[in-house]
Amino acid sequence: MSIQEISLSGRKKVVSNKEMTFLERMYLIAIFKGLWITLKHLFRKKATIQYPEQVRERSEVYRGQHMLKRDELGRENCTACGLCALSCPAEAITMKAAERKADEMHLYREEKYAEIYEINMLRCIFCGLCEEACPKDAIYLTISKELVPANYDREDFIFGKDKLVMPLDIAMKNNQLKTVN
Amino acid sequence: MKVTIDGQAIEVEPGTTILQAARMIGGEVVPPAMCYHSKLKGSGGKCRCCLVEVAKGSEADPRPMPKLMASCVTGCQDGMEINSKSSPRVQEARKSVTEFLLINHPLDCPVCDQAGECDLQNLSFEHGKSESRFIEEKRTFEPEDIGPNIQLHMNRCILCYRCVMVADQLTDNRVHGVMDRGDHSNISTCISKAIDNEFSGNMIDVCPVGALTDKTFRFKSRVWFNKPYDAHRDCPTCSGKTTVWMFGNEIQRVTGRKDEFHEVEEFICNGCRFDHKDVNDWVIEGPRAFEKDSVINQNNYVKKLETVVINTEETILLGREVDRKKISMAEIDYNEKIDGNPVNSTKNG
Repeated sequence: MSIQEISLSGRKKVVSNKEMTFLERMYLIAIFKGLWITLKHLFRKKATIQYPEQVRERSEVYRGQHMLKRDELGRENCTACGLCALSCPAEAITMKAAERKADEMHLYREEKYAEIYEINMLRCIFCGLCEEACPKDAIYLTISKELVPANYDREDFIFGKDKLVMPLDIAMKNNQLKTVN
Repeated sequence: MKVTIDGQAIEVEPGTTILQAARMIGGEVVPPAMCYHSKLKGSGGKCRCCLVEVAKGSEADPRPMPKLMASCVTGCQDGMEINSKSSPRVQEARKSVTEFLLINHPLDCPVCDQAGECDLQNLSFEHGKSESRFIEEKRTFEPEDIGPNIQLHMNRCILCYRCVMVADQLTDNRVHGVMDRGDHSNISTCISKAIDNEFSGNMIDVCPVGALTDKTFRFKSRVWFNKPYDAHRDCPTCSGKTTVWMFGNEIQRVTGRKDEFHEVEEFICNGCRFDHKDVNDWVIEGPRAFEKDSVINQNNYVKKLETVVINTEETILLGREVDRKKISMAEIDYNEKIDGNPVNSTKNG
């Protein structure tokens, strides 16, 4: 057997280059064949959904948007140790640390805190390594319905602390739930 | 004199300690050392991290030493046989020593500026346990201000006395030392005196933990986000040979050059360390190399980056000028001619 005829996958097809007949050259049958496929799909179940209104079912280990947690006293957990930025494979995280002042004891848990904490959502791949690296249980990937809300400017996708830190009312609610249980 | 450490024999001069002999061999046999510093006289023998087992005392007296010996203060003898990493007894002892050192250590590595280049971190990574058995309250001290350049965190101190020896042997007027006794002993200046000696900054470099850190670098960055470079300048007081830690074009920190055992090669003055943070002050020699597994190497290139130039294959690597223009879609002229032939002619190379 010559090398041209061997088929290792068993799916090799020899393409013929024969002249088309008059009927085939009219393309009428081919057009109706194609239209039949289109018509069939019209009555099938739709493959798409109306995204922001409808959401697909998510896995149990789904990783959504990030959140910087507060502790039970409402203080921020993050100490800007930089391990999340170090572990981030997409290099999406940047931060700047600052020293806690005497009158900020109720805001930050440790001596040092993140003055600037930014995640570039265009770079983030939602792998969850930041969550894994965090020694202070500060950053979490929530089960938020939306990953990143749509926006117009690229700058709008760089999330700062205003969008990432857990809102105070959620922290208070968490604390209440904890005391009840 | 011939000594054998973990089966590796080496010839050493009389008067060499076991630790120095192990460092000559290098590699895994080198015991960890927290308090010993080869450039400081009288250092060593305090932390007990460098314990080794002497299986054979010497050629003349081959009996093994009954207890584990601190290798940094034990001299070699001819025909000595020492077990360092290979001995389970030594491993067990180092594990216990690490646990003891960590009893009063606050474990605030995420906050600490030394994290990433800390000897205690390395020690506990190598020999420590992942969890603490100590449930009692840790010893704490009131924070004390010891001057505008050096930050003291007494809670992190392991009382190695290196900083005291630096002040004794390098400067002429020591104003700080270890106060009180036992559990209360702490590094402090006498009645809150600021440390302002010209060479006092070297205390930061010799400190194996984060007890003494650079105030000008405090919370600025993490060591692994900085790019370390060897640099020098003409300094009237010291050798001027330093490592500068850059972030972009900004020098965030200046330290002495530390060798593979984290010991300062040459002590530098406070002028170099704290006052010269401008790039123009320094002549940068090149990237500083660290151990292969150090976190400082993360995302850093330790070798000089040079593009390879192969003159004969220039066209192969870069492509034709006209093709590159086309790919970048900048002002394409499809009627352009190469050597008088149209662009798409087969006569072109």
